[in-house]
Amino acid sequence: MSVAALPSAPTLPRRRSVVIDFMRQQPLGAISFVVIVVMMFAGVFSRLVAPYDPLDIDFASILGPPSWEHWGGTDAFGRDIFSRIIWGSRTALVIGFTSSLLGSSIGAILGITSAYFGGRIDDWIQRFVDILLAFPIIVLALVVVAALRKFVIGGIDVNLIYAIAIPIIPRVARVVRAAALSIRTMPYVDAARAAGYSNSRIIFRHMAPNVVAPYLIMFTAFIAQAILLEASLSFLGLGVTEPTPAWGLMLSGNAADFYREAPWMILFPGAAISLAVFAFNFFGDSLRDWLDPRLRS
Amino acid sequence: MLRYTLNRVLLMIPTLIGVAVLVFFMLRVIPGDVVEVKLRGDGGAVSQETIEMERHRLGLDKPLIYQFKDWMVGLATLDLGTSMWTDRPVTEEIAIRLELSLQVAIMASFIAVLLAVPLGTTAALMRGTWIDYAVRIITIGGLSIPSFWFGMLIMITLLYLFNWLPPITFTPIYVDPLANLAQLVWPALAVGYRYCAVVARMIRSSLLEVLNEDYIRTARAKGVYEKLVISRHALRNALLPAITVIGIEFAFLIGGLVVTEQVFNLNGIGMLFVQSVSRNDFTLIQGMVMLIAAFYVAINLVVDLLYAVFDPRIRYT
Repeated sequence: MSVAALPSAPTLPRRRSVVIDFMRQQPLGAISFVVIVVMMFAGVFSRLVAPYDPLDIDFASILGPPSWEHWGGTDAFGRDIFSRIIWGSRTALVIGFTSSLLGSSIGAILGITSAYFGGRIDDWIQRFVDILLAFPIIVLALVVVAALRKFVIGGIDVNLIYAIAIPIIPRVARVVRAAALSIRTMPYVDAARAAGYSNSRIIFRHMAPNVVAPYLIMFTAFIAQAILLEASLSFLGLGVTEPTPAWGLMLSGNAADFYREAPWMILFPGAAISLAVFAFNFFGDSLRDWLDPRLRS
Repeated sequence: MLRYTLNRVLLMIPTLIGVAVLVFFMLRVIPGDVVEVKLRGDGGAVSQETIEMERHRLGLDKPLIYQFKDWMVGLATLDLGTSMWTDRPVTEEIAIRLELSLQVAIMASFIAVLLAVPLGTTAALMRGTWIDYAVRIITIGGLSIPSFWFGMLIMITLLYLFNWLPPITFTPIYVDPLANLAQLVWPALAVGYRYCAVVARMIRSSLLEVLNEDYIRTARAKGVYEKLVISRHALRNALLPAITVIGIEFAFLIGGLVVTEQVFNLNGIGMLFVQSVSRNDFTLIQGMVMLIAAFYVAINLVVDLLYAVFDPRIRYT
């Protein structure tokens, strides 16, 4: 038997790097990604990037308009708005990431479990999902806030994270279940079962890796939702509380008394929320278009 | 059709019972209740005895299982109880604020749907062009811009352009229709933007899907005018999935109202809900959650039935 008789391996087309491929097909998605990276940079290195201490009260410069000293102007306590926005990105990212990760992961596990077992377990999980879906996102979050109140660990209100994560669970569970249902009938799942693997091993090692695409899309999209929800709750005075710098909080309370005197108090924090949420939404959207070959033309 | 309807109505009941059980126990996970907020909220020194008396009066000292029984029996007889803060019936508290919120919601839906259909359709027909991109940016903007901030921007704009702000006292539409509209159109716009964005995106994607169908190719092949292909063959079918989104988003408008009413200082359902949460007014929270959930489930039912009316395939399977 001669090896030389084998046909030479066909030369595969050179694979472009994934990053370049994404940038080429989704230029706006790539731009949103840059925005996200800038935001993360500002969030991680707030101390170095921010020109002022976000909590420094300066009664000499109350309600100052944007200037070279204070790019975003100052608020009713003379605090530098630009610095507060930079520090606010830390709050938004920490809460956005953790609550979306928590909500999406629990949702995904529920969804896969539901699809894998089917039958009665599926029915019960779906009933539970239906119940949670009957609450609008912010209403469910507010109920959790009312139920748990504040519980601060390391400067972060853990219960606020739960409040934001819980409404995400049923929404992710539903999508992931649909994706997992089509995988359940795949031969490799039967094979794994025939090989006698435990249910949890099949769920985590065989099914979960195959629903990564919808999971990632939901995860990024829900970071956007989570940031928006955190801003809304803080705006209502039921989320992050003073003195922690948070975007929604900057818009709440007496900020509205200064529509005429100091509109920058309203403009910049709101623009920060919108830009951040926009970037995550757009990135998630582009990711979906890029990952889902059916939508490619 | 009747069987289908009955089946759907019966399916609503377990969901609503589930909501009732869930909200009751969630609110009682951690001790602490309305009484402390009410009597000690202002930092006043109130004796433990007074607190216990108030708790007793509100029935909060009864074992959980009895409170739960009261709640479920009340629900079965459509009695939502009285607010623990104001001592007025929950239904009354809601009823006096319903008109305002409902009007804003209806106005918002009109604005949203009227804008979303042309936006979504043009985006789909001009797929891949700059128009499509522009619509995509506008609609993702609608999902990203917080409605309370959008409301504030509207206020600032009104202030700078006309030196005018919407009044803070509510004028019902039957008292002075013009003043009423001038006041409520702004909050409706603020919550309607998001609504519009969601619907427009749905119309775009479902229209794109429909345009790939064989019957569209057939229609084109037999020489039907392109305009008719779009309006009669494509759009009609594409609007069907949009109905679902329109319905569900309408039911969920309360979510937008929760924050927007705060901005425009409107005393509606949304504001009542925020107040009841910050006061730990359990009965009011429970009652409102039940109402919101019932509304959502009912809208879902209507949507499903409409679907069955428009799409015979569903009726017979």
